[in-house]
Amino acid sequence: MSARTALGRLTGRRAALPRPPEPGTVALSARGLGLRVGGTWLLKDVDLDLAAGSLLAVVGPNGAGKSTLLSLLAGDQPATTGTVHVGGLGVATAHPADLARRRAVLPQRATLSFPFTVADVVAMGRAPWAGTDVEDDDEDAIAHALTAAGMTGFTHRRYPTLSGGEQARASFARVLAQGASVLLLDEPTAALDLRHQEQLMRTARDCADRGQAVLAVLHDLQLAAAYADEIAVLHAGRLVERGEPGTVLTEPLLEEVYRLPIEVYRHPVTGAVMVGPRRHGKGTPTP
Amino acid sequence: MTALETGTHPKSAPAATENAAGTSAGKATEKATEKAREKAAPAGLTARVALFTALGTALVLVGLGSAALGQYGIGFGDVADSVLHRLSGPLGLGHPIGDPFAESTLWQIRMPRVVMSLLVGAVLATAGALMQGVFGNPLAEPGVVGVSAGAALGAAFVIVAGIDVLGGFTVPAAAFLAGLVAVLLVYLLSRAGGRTEVVTLVLTGIAVNAVAGAGLAFCMFFGSQTARDQIVFWQLGSLNGSRWAYAGSVAPFAVIGLLGACLLARRLDLLSLGDRSARHLGVNVERLRVTAIVLIAVMVAAAVAFSGIIGFIGLVVPHLVRMAVGPGHRVLIPASMLGGAVLLATADVVARTAIAYADLPIGMLTALVGGPFFFWLLRTTRARAGGWL
Repeated sequence: MSARTALGRLTGRRAALPRPPEPGTVALSARGLGLRVGGTWLLKDVDLDLAAGSLLAVVGPNGAGKSTLLSLLAGDQPATTGTVHVGGLGVATAHPADLARRRAVLPQRATLSFPFTVADVVAMGRAPWAGTDVEDDDEDAIAHALTAAGMTGFTHRRYPTLSGGEQARASFARVLAQGASVLLLDEPTAALDLRHQEQLMRTARDCADRGQAVLAVLHDLQLAAAYADEIAVLHAGRLVERGEPGTVLTEPLLEEVYRLPIEVYRHPVTGAVMVGPRRHGKGTPTP
Repeated sequence: MTALETGTHPKSAPAATENAAGTSAGKATEKATEKAREKAAPAGLTARVALFTALGTALVLVGLGSAALGQYGIGFGDVADSVLHRLSGPLGLGHPIGDPFAESTLWQIRMPRVVMSLLVGAVLATAGALMQGVFGNPLAEPGVVGVSAGAALGAAFVIVAGIDVLGGFTVPAAAFLAGLVAVLLVYLLSRAGGRTEVVTLVLTGIAVNAVAGAGLAFCMFFGSQTARDQIVFWQLGSLNGSRWAYAGSVAPFAVIGLLGACLLARRLDLLSLGDRSARHLGVNVERLRVTAIVLIAVMVAAAVAFSGIIGFIGLVVPHLVRMAVGPGHRVLIPASMLGGAVLLATADVVARTAIAYADLPIGMLTALVGGPFFFWLLRTTRARAGGWL
């Protein structure tokens, strides 16, 4: 217990803690969201609800506005039009500390100015709870996050000495440790090998199953199909389709969005949705 | 000759203690990692306790040693007794020095200067740590936001213009105000849409520094020979002629700055993740940055107003501490405070005693030792663990 907590308890001044939303209820909602930069709409008219207990994958080609959408949902920059609410708080006006107790964000690239250890970095995820009763859970939350991200063996390593993938997993552990009910993940698997991609997505899936609302920007349609409850497709700054993987991932839609011949089929044994570019032999360019 | 020996001795002593603390901390951590990972937290704690004990001891020794050494030598024991006598008050411990001349030299001349060196050192090092934390860059120092250049211009202006409304306080007051104005200018000019970017701040700082430099050159060009000399010596930095009134004027600003810096420590840790992630973790980044810059401006402007420009303390001390106990600001800031006080007090002893009957400019001394030492630090750390850059 830090001095600040002790002081807070003595004076009886405690921050009001948010109650996690019931599974199935809307944890994050965006209405009419748009961002215009220099006369171009990077994102326009996006309505989006994210329910507690679900995992939504946001997919789309480069420049479709995926990261823009995520940064607006996180409240990083003011939207040109529209509003975003997280757990009943408007992100444009709420205090950062109140927001931090409700949603956690995994950035695409995590930088660190000073050589903190992995343990320090993950512990930073607990900062929003300093001075509250929940602070007593810090150790458990950190230990759990380290295990879930597969980083238990790295706690005393200095962050800059880690590989790119290990840094990404350390950041993911920090986000998990935050214990927010809404998780926004920006290309969480980009730097990871096959095994850790699966591990991370399974962890994200577990989070959703335990009642957190998870939104992940993904490039890998296969991962999206395998782990997401729903997929939202962004194209040229607009939300063009949203629904279950089986209904959204269709050849006509994907071919139009990605401008590439794509095949969608069912796995012969499991019946899972399989997605990939249509290829004719090794290295042969497709017409 | 003897003066030179006695002058160099205290300089090396605290440096050795600090290095010892640094290596033992490193070894302790390594061992703990090998044995059991869970046990490393106590090892980190040991390193921290060792560091603070070493710094605290060094602070007392250097403070008393600095008061004892000088052209008129006073025994170390006498100094300790006299200080104890004054500090213990009604308890009646210790006793004043038998020789009344020594007693008055100690309390009228030496002590104000010792206190001033401790205050200014603590302020510069803490401001350096704060600056590096806020800018997320280990090479930042308070001068980046224009505080030193502004203060120099303010001092030069009143010297050349011959303004003397506040007596001995005229130059410090002008330096303090001009330092604050320069920082304010840098901050306001780099602010756009309610936000400031670090790069914009640095570039605006360069611009304001350049203009202040031009103003300084203008003052020197139009000033008389005496005024020019005075400006040059002010810029070289010196604690010569410190009085209790000066130390008393710096103290409130220093205390505000130092306490404020400690309160920002945890948020500075988070800021090292970058503005965005810090905001996601609940830090009001813009407010943190303004608060830190105001604290830096207030305490550094107050310190340089009386001491002139003293470089490298703010750069080197936080680096040394980071090497010893890691980058966490909750340890870094208080440790830098103590380290800076020890280092500048030591440098001041050297400035006073290295050459008999001469008071060397302390800013020259810190840069002379600090520059190569900083370079050496960079080389060794980069070779070891990927460094901090």
